[in-house]
Amino acid sequence: MNTNTQTLDAKASTLRGKERYKSGVMEYKKMGYWEPNYEPKDTDIIALFRVTPQDGVDPIEAAAAVAGESSTATWTVVWTDRLTACEKYRGKCYRVEAVPNAPGSYFAWIAYDLDLFEPGSIANLSASIIGNVFGFKPLKALRLEDMRFPVAYVKTFDGPATGIVVERERLDKFGRPLLGATVKPKLGLSGRNYGRVVYEALKGGLDFTKDDENINSQPFMHWRDRFLYSMEAVNRAQAMTGEVKGTYLNVTAGTMEDMYERAEFASQLGSVIIMIDLVIGYTAIQSMAKWARRNNMILHLHRAGHGTYSRQKIHGVSFRVIAKWMRLAGVDHIHAGTVVGKLEGDPRTIRGYYDICREDFVPQNLENGVFFDQPWASLRKLMPVASGGIHAGQMHQLLDLLGDDVVLQFGGGTIGHPTGIVAGATANRVALEAMVLARNEGRDIAREGPEILQTAAKTCLPLRQALEIWKDVTFDYASTDTPDFVPATTVGV
Amino acid sequence: MRLTQGCFSFLPDLTDEQIRAQAQYCIDHGWAVNLEFTDDPHPRNTYWEMWGLPMFDIKDAAAVMMELSECRRAYGDRYIRLSGFDSTHGWESVKLSFLVNRPTEEPGFKLIRQEADGRNVRYTTQAYVTDKPEGQRYG
Repeated sequence: MNTNTQTLDAKASTLRGKERYKSGVMEYKKMGYWEPNYEPKDTDIIALFRVTPQDGVDPIEAAAAVAGESSTATWTVVWTDRLTACEKYRGKCYRVEAVPNAPGSYFAWIAYDLDLFEPGSIANLSASIIGNVFGFKPLKALRLEDMRFPVAYVKTFDGPATGIVVERERLDKFGRPLLGATVKPKLGLSGRNYGRVVYEALKGGLDFTKDDENINSQPFMHWRDRFLYSMEAVNRAQAMTGEVKGTYLNVTAGTMEDMYERAEFASQLGSVIIMIDLVIGYTAIQSMAKWARRNNMILHLHRAGHGTYSRQKIHGVSFRVIAKWMRLAGVDHIHAGTVVGKLEGDPRTIRGYYDICREDFVPQNLENGVFFDQPWASLRKLMPVASGGIHAGQMHQLLDLLGDDVVLQFGGGTIGHPTGIVAGATANRVALEAMVLARNEGRDIAREGPEILQTAAKTCLPLRQALEIWKDVTFDYASTDTPDFVPATTVGV
Repeated sequence: MRLTQGCFSFLPDLTDEQIRAQAQYCIDHGWAVNLEFTDDPHPRNTYWEMWGLPMFDIKDAAAVMMELSECRRAYGDRYIRLSGFDSTHGWESVKLSFLVNRPTEEPGFKLIRQEADGRNVRYTTQAYVTDKPEGQRYG
């Protein structure tokens, strides 16, 4: 691969001794936040930022400022630094490169000593790394692209409460992606009508149904009603099929006390899974993950809100960082993109997210936007969820791109079926099973997919109808969040 | 009813040729193939009876098909499932599992509701056949 980048080779300019601590304002790169000769230690946390300085600001100084403001620095020299082992505690920018094909933007690698962080706290980590620094005036924009966590730090977290393997064992479902659907319309249904959708979808062949991110406890349906009717539906569907079924009961609420109350009610009713939204915050997520561990509960995370800061390449936090934080924080499911559906998703970038969720060791892969080797040290695996604008006709693409360990969620693609929810669910399940069977028999599903679906549809009317109604639906828009490094083109001989 | 446990229950019952291909897929991935049978199809009945030990060292799915035909001869009136077990680090569990035999009649499950406090209901799923003693449930 040709990365085609240019490393800026500004020499170290750190001042030492008395000169360094003269009162007044000093450039960050002179204060010890630019250390091009620094070799990151195995135990350092490393962050990679995309820095876009204001016009006329030296990129090295801007990168050093990011290192400073995300660790020990303030705007002026303080003598109290000298009461600490300050060289250890400084974030050290050790490399700056121009971003390929993006004039004015630079990648900055910054190493942080492990002692800067409280063990097992995403809140503490994020308060440093994305705390003050994103509003820093000399920068036009700033994006946190990726982070490398040392094993010593990873091991301070519990990780997913359940994990992919144990989730499968609990559900007794092996060898295929799991199937789900979000209940629609997402707002307005009464508890009784809501449970109807859950029952039909599960009886028809789905493994899970799901509350949407904003269904909590509203005038049209209070949470207890939703939970009671949904669990009636789950148990009925279980008895009708002989399979374990589940519904993600969203316990998101205004306070932790309310969330615990809802989670405990879900557990008392025998639900196998609950759900929370990303907007509840990192500390609340970690609290719910600990609760889920104590209560043998699978914990689904809906990434509500992430698009506000993850989508634009120039500013914010990449979703790959959020995915890493969430694996540490300990959720079991996370929405990570579909590639083919209605929501943002470049195939290679999404491949990177899926690897971060599912592998025990994720090697650096710039083409997928993964900048660092990341060992997970046997932290459990996080099940990615693909949701948003997908349907049975895309089954071959979904299985080929996303693999087996994923929840495929067809909301509209189940409930919008012309002959009903049961038919919609059955169409998806038949399409999936036929595709897995064919792949395991050695067929090239990416190429032969449509034909495999047509054959399966011969003995399944609901699938035939689904293929017909959604045959032309694709969401073909350019992605905004794409890798900066492209695979080198191979020259033919 | 039709029990829909396992990976391929929504498709027409697999032919022996199709079963052989899936068994070979397991073997080619280094997974041990296991046959199990039961006459208690409860969704949380984890431990079905093992038909011998998992087949760890076979190369050809023909061996699986031979065992399956023996197993069917003895327990053809019950559910039989085939699974592939992956012992590699980080998984160490089942990778694929599907039914390869089912009883001719599947009476299904009764859902028992016990009304409890505050509109709570305690649910119990019970297979109709498990009212009878083991071994006398099907056929």
